[in-house]
Amino acid sequence: MTTQDLTAVEAGAAGNPAAPAPGARQVWRRLRAQRAAVAGTAVIALLVLVALAAPLLSAIEGQNTTAYHPELVDSASGGVPLGSFGGISGDHWLGVEPGTGRDMFSRLVHGAQISLAVALGATLVQILVGVGTGLAAGLGNRFVDNLLSRVTDVMITMPALVFAIALMAVVPDSFPRPLLLALIIGFVAWGSISKLVRAQVLSLKSLDYVAASRLAGSGTWRIARRELLPSLVAPVITYAALLIPANMVIESGLSFLGIGVKPPTPSWGQMLSSANTWYEADPAYVLLPAAMLFISVLAFTVLADGIRTALDPRAASRLRIGTGRKREEAAS
Amino acid sequence: MIRFLLRRTVSAAVVLLVLAVVLYAVFYLAPGDPAQLSCGPKCSPAQLVQIREQMGLNDSVYVQFWHFLQGIVTGHDYSTGTGTVHCSAPCFGQSYRTGELVSDILVAKLPATASLAIGAMVLWLLLGIGTGVLSALRRGRPTERLLTGLTLAGTATPVFIIGILLLMLFCSVLQWLPYPSYVPFTDDPQQWAWNLLLPWLALALVESAKYARLTRSSMLETLAEDHIRTFRAYGVSERAIIGRHALRAALTPVIALSALDLGTMFGGALLTESLFNVPGLGQKLVQSVELKDLPVVVGIVLVMGFAVVIANAAADVLYALADRRVVLA
Repeated sequence: MTTQDLTAVEAGAAGNPAAPAPGARQVWRRLRAQRAAVAGTAVIALLVLVALAAPLLSAIEGQNTTAYHPELVDSASGGVPLGSFGGISGDHWLGVEPGTGRDMFSRLVHGAQISLAVALGATLVQILVGVGTGLAAGLGNRFVDNLLSRVTDVMITMPALVFAIALMAVVPDSFPRPLLLALIIGFVAWGSISKLVRAQVLSLKSLDYVAASRLAGSGTWRIARRELLPSLVAPVITYAALLIPANMVIESGLSFLGIGVKPPTPSWGQMLSSANTWYEADPAYVLLPAAMLFISVLAFTVLADGIRTALDPRAASRLRIGTGRKREEAAS
Repeated sequence: MIRFLLRRTVSAAVVLLVLAVVLYAVFYLAPGDPAQLSCGPKCSPAQLVQIREQMGLNDSVYVQFWHFLQGIVTGHDYSTGTGTVHCSAPCFGQSYRTGELVSDILVAKLPATASLAIGAMVLWLLLGIGTGVLSALRRGRPTERLLTGLTLAGTATPVFIIGILLLMLFCSVLQWLPYPSYVPFTDDPQQWAWNLLLPWLALALVESAKYARLTRSSMLETLAEDHIRTFRAYGVSERAIIGRHALRAALTPVIALSALDLGTMFGGALLTESLFNVPGLGQKLVQSVELKDLPVVVGIVLVMGFAVVIANAAADVLYALADRRVVLA
């Protein structure tokens, strides 16, 4: 085992390819047996709902994300919201932004849209590029494998945030930002998934059933699609589940540095960045987006943990499914 | 061993070359005229022509890239109109904005980044290993559940959230610390440490979660092995078993991982540096990207890549030194 594999092992992604992956129903049962994973799923469902219904929620509150309310902030103190906890009131359920007086509730729920859309979009790009290059490297000839492996090395070597920053700077401002963020995060952080797929393909390739399929006359493409892809589903899902919260953190980091979505589009990272000068005068302005981001990332992390346990053939005994005591021991 | 080092050097050079090509290509395609950036807003057309000539912007992009690579290996002489500036061997060119040599900028920014990275690493190793060992020894008890919960929270928190919360707590609510502003070690070691305390803590709290998980799982694995049972049967004290045997074996992956992470940190903890206003490579990178200052961006990213590549090799060597079963090839 080299050190590059360490993080993959820690993520539980270096499973034994020869072991049969459990079926979908079984996975679902195992997932439900873990209390933490169920809680994570519930939070994610709520989050998705909030993101989808963001315009509706703002409309119910009667506010929007961009309207300035200078009458609600204290101009003498530089714009601290009037009232307690950042100016919470019946009109502004979570108070207003210091300085501008924009409605916090609207901005937070709309921020969920950006956060989720970018994280999921980026993960999709990572899966497509990673599985594609991984399959090609594992099945291709020596030249293809070498070339792709070197490129993958570069992608793994470079910190994703650094690469993303460099790329963000050169794209014209007219390009829609959330889409750009998803594409860039996706294209800078697919290295580890590609490496994982390549390793799986190499070990699967030597198994008898693949040889049998080849002897029966299957071409490379058919082998990839019919024999290899089904066995790759479990490890790729396990890893992709971990990528979602990681992408969420990268997006918020870029927005925090001022290179993410453009104002006035609300994003949690960007709110935290402007909150950095307000933490003394208006703590609520820091705590609200921080809590949203923390809860979202935590929920996805917990779910990823649960998925890993559910897909791990060795974990079944630890879950004690069917004994009536559905204790979540496997989260350890 | 020699074969390993040779192979590693070649592959590192390839990785860095690919990186340089990608960066150069990306920024060459970027909108904006370097001569205009370098000359400033009040620039006569005649000056612009002269600057283009000096910067070699009339050559094809391949020639420019070749000159850039040449500069890194052999150095470069720049004409500034009034005289020439010599830029010695690792030469990454000049800033478009200020005309400073990129190598000078790198040297100026490195101490802050190194201070941040090394101090944070000491702290995260202490915290991470301590937590990991404790939760492995208290398996199944409330302490372990609490620590597992805390580590999970740690892995889920972006560093700038922890950072802002620390600032709120220590600078605003408790008022124990002033708002951090970087003081070089050579000026005043005590002020240096005092001002870096919060950024160290922020990074360490986030990073240590990963180490706690790794230490814990690796400890539990070792403690379940047969030789530990044999030690117990021979009556070796529990303290010696844990301290001398289990921990040693458990630390091998931890050491390797910390070498990797230190490499990444040297690339600049961008978010931490920009939140706590530490004048390091990461902060400079963000500023240079905003200014589209190509030579500075390329220089910093190459140095970051270099650090990571070295760290990768170091991690493999450390791994082999700590665990004799690993063969370097």
